[in-house]
Amino acid sequence: MSSRIWPIMRKEFLEIWRDPRNLGFVLVMPVLMLLLYGYGISSDVKWVPLAVYDRDGRSPARELVRRFTSTEYFVVTAQVGSLREFRRAIDTGQAKVGLVIPEDFSQNLAAGRPAPIQFVVDGSDSNTASIAVGNIAAIGKSTELTPRDLRPQILVAPKLETPVPIELRTWVWYNPELKSSNFLIPGLTAVILMMLAAMLTSLTVAREWERGTMEGLIASPLRPHELMIGKILPYVVIGLVDVVFILLVAVFLFRVPMRGSLTLLMISSTIFLLGGLGIGLFISAATKSVQVAFQLSTLATMLPALLLSGFFYPIENMPPILQAITYLVPARYFLVVIRGIFLKGVGLAVFWKELVFLSVFAVFMLVASSAKFRKRLE
Amino acid sequence: MNSELAIEVTDITKRFGRFVAVDRVSFQVRRGEVFGFLGPNGSGKSTTIRMLCGILLPTAGTGRVAGFDVARQPERVRENIGYMSQKFSLYEELTVQENLDFFAGIYGLAGPGGAARREEVMALGGLASYRNVLARDLPGGLRQRLALASAILHRPSVLFLDEPTAGVDPISRRQFWDLIRAMAAAGTAVLVTTHYMDEAEHCHALAFIYQGRLIATGPPARLKAGLQGSLVEVEVEPGQLLPALTVLQTHPLAREAAMFGAALHVTVDSSEAIPTLQASLTARGIAARRVETIVPSLEDVFVSLVTREVGA
Repeated sequence: MSSRIWPIMRKEFLEIWRDPRNLGFVLVMPVLMLLLYGYGISSDVKWVPLAVYDRDGRSPARELVRRFTSTEYFVVTAQVGSLREFRRAIDTGQAKVGLVIPEDFSQNLAAGRPAPIQFVVDGSDSNTASIAVGNIAAIGKSTELTPRDLRPQILVAPKLETPVPIELRTWVWYNPELKSSNFLIPGLTAVILMMLAAMLTSLTVAREWERGTMEGLIASPLRPHELMIGKILPYVVIGLVDVVFILLVAVFLFRVPMRGSLTLLMISSTIFLLGGLGIGLFISAATKSVQVAFQLSTLATMLPALLLSGFFYPIENMPPILQAITYLVPARYFLVVIRGIFLKGVGLAVFWKELVFLSVFAVFMLVASSAKFRKRLE
Repeated sequence: MNSELAIEVTDITKRFGRFVAVDRVSFQVRRGEVFGFLGPNGSGKSTTIRMLCGILLPTAGTGRVAGFDVARQPERVRENIGYMSQKFSLYEELTVQENLDFFAGIYGLAGPGGAARREEVMALGGLASYRNVLARDLPGGLRQRLALASAILHRPSVLFLDEPTAGVDPISRRQFWDLIRAMAAAGTAVLVTTHYMDEAEHCHALAFIYQGRLIATGPPARLKAGLQGSLVEVEVEPGQLLPALTVLQTHPLAREAAMFGAALHVTVDSSEAIPTLQASLTARGIAARRVETIVPSLEDVFVSLVTREVGA
């Protein structure tokens, strides 16, 4: 390695260190993004407001209500005494879910007869509704009442009395509580790293143009690849520090299980980062303005990583053209790797193909931007 | 090639699309010579320098710097030149010492020899007591000397200075020129652009550039002597400056007339025209306080050359 690379790295670190905005940008922003998105996008449905119309009023009925409200999934917001009030609670949105306990509930239970109760779910928010229905069934199952006794229905559908012919016993692997953060946080890590990497390099080069220091560098005997490597390496280091930060937040704050190899995670992250840094260099060859570099790098990395990586929307559900495009989005591959390491604890044997693609992408981006860079220097 | 020649430019041309920024410019600079490049903003001075530093590729023509072709051997050229750009290539968040360390690093001046050289240029630029000050906190004159110090760390044989004194106070400017002359005396060839005419007097040779073309070259004294006819300075009451200018510009004996500070400069074929000029002014009710021939300044030469160029 040429000795001219070291002075550039040193200068780069000093510049980052001296400007508190840089430091905030580099170290605080990723964690902040993780917190905002992590809490903001969570698809867990908790503390669903529940209206209770208890026509029985005896202790087994109260016990049933307690079963539901002792979890963090439901909270009673209305105790109603008539069907009209019950209706109004749902209509006004005071409650999203209503529970009706018939007068003969305790009697049926005592007599060993099926004791149906009725749930009414506000289906206007279909997402919340279907998750709430799932939670109702899950809680119902865990009580001594049999699932058959619980009849979740979407807004006053006719009661069904047919017994359930097949008994499902679902066993969810890797994420048994189906906690959305377990799924989202590793994906967010990919989005944040990609965006950060592209932004950091495109900004550092654009800044040299804007301040006029690039001219001095061009007039020096510095070779283009020395400048590029000297500018990339510091940000690889910073990117890895960010990976550690994100990892700490993920594991200790969001309680995402980290089941795989830390070394493998760091190596994969480095490869992924290099690709992002390459995108940044490529962008910086296209613009000399810090502002434009910022916008371009956000656009070129955040949107694909967010929308086309399988982070938000499953790739299988996309139209074929979009599916084809996702093959060019590095985050798609990194997502497989990082979810694999975090949640499944799997290794190279499972995702070596993804790592190969990420490596090829990184090399391609760096070579391509280096070629473009060279021309700018002449 | 002549080893005395540090810069040799032949018909160098730069076009940006249809705009000709530099049009067949040729000149030579010897070792130890301070060569001044004069012209208004946008006349092609910086573009010429950038081509000679290997930053811009010439569209046509050749340039040799320190014996190397700027188009074919840009890397060799860069090893032998120092370049101080208009904006000063300094890193604002780095201290004086760190800026010098950085440039020493990219010019491969590590080790004890490099450290000694850094101290040397720091002393030369009077920067030693500011070594731990951030570049962004330095006043203009010191920034300029730090930029110069960074550009000469590697002892270049050719030094390019692009408007080095823009926005710098007069005392710093004079100190700066003392430094430049000392370096030239030690054998460095210096090409400096400026639009301060008074600075041009410091140069051994000058080139006037206007709209991309070289309109005159030569030592300052010869350029002044080459001004055809004689130069007459006319001093009138301040309120009569404009009417007087109108009279003189249309006067048959005056070749050119221009404002020059609070006075007027008129070029005439011979000093015998003075009484006639005076009479014409008096006839219009303008009392000339003083009408006499003077030694032309470089600005007069420039104005005259440009007027001729535009008229041609």
